[in-house]
Amino acid sequence: MSMETPIARVRGLGSAKAGAHHWWLERLTSVALLVLFIWLIASILRLPDLSYATVREWLADPLAAVPMLLLVAVTFWHGKMGLQVVIEDYVHEAGSKAFAIALLNFFTIAGAGLALFAILKIAFAVAAPGTPPPAA
Amino acid sequence: MHRNPSRPLSPHLTIWKWGPHMLVSILHRVTGSGLAVVGSLALVWWLVAAASGPEAYRTFTDWATSWLGIVIGVGLSWAFFQHTLSGLRHLVMDIGAGFELGANKFWANMTMVGSALLTALFWFLIVGVK
Repeated sequence: MSMETPIARVRGLGSAKAGAHHWWLERLTSVALLVLFIWLIASILRLPDLSYATVREWLADPLAAVPMLLLVAVTFWHGKMGLQVVIEDYVHEAGSKAFAIALLNFFTIAGAGLALFAILKIAFAVAAPGTPPPAA
Repeated sequence: MHRNPSRPLSPHLTIWKWGPHMLVSILHRVTGSGLAVVGSLALVWWLVAAASGPEAYRTFTDWATSWLGIVIGVGLSWAFFQHTLSGLRHLVMDIGAGFELGANKFWANMTMVGSALLTALFWFLIVGVK
């Protein structure tokens, strides 16, 4: 077992060059989300209603489906980074922290996966826009 | 990590006079956490319901238009506008601007005024136009 202190072990190695990476990605994704959510709010306000048929027809358009895919991906990415910082700030015990962050990763990937698949399913539906989907 | 509780902490939350900048700071974190959990779940439910068929979508809209759904919907929209405006304030402060006491307090207050106005405007447009 080493008698070195933790600081002695890392002194002189230089930085990992990743200190600001998480911080920077939070800002970058926030700017992307600003643009994407202005688009989403404008789109929702322009739709005549939010009924099943209207939403399906809207998301069948690639110019709605693709921004929506990006919005879901970046939303979950940004939310995951934010919640991770909250966990790191308030959960101090190493085991609980690792567990909470693992749980957060599962939640993020499962949620984003479901939402992305749902958009793709609507976008790639065989039925032409406006007609009901074929009975299963 | 493992703090010795017998040692004193540096002066923290309890000794400062409460101000709008402190409220906006913690609101940014609270609204962000709420959006990331509740907002994400609502977004997933909406999209999966739309992908699953008319009955699933009706279940979603029935919930969304119940009193509980409306409370959550208005809450989420307010949280979104508050987090967006305080986030913009953070982007300005990240470049080193807006730290003068007066300006800092003014824009902290403006994020809360703005989020209330934008929430009201959003629901006015949703309910009034549709």
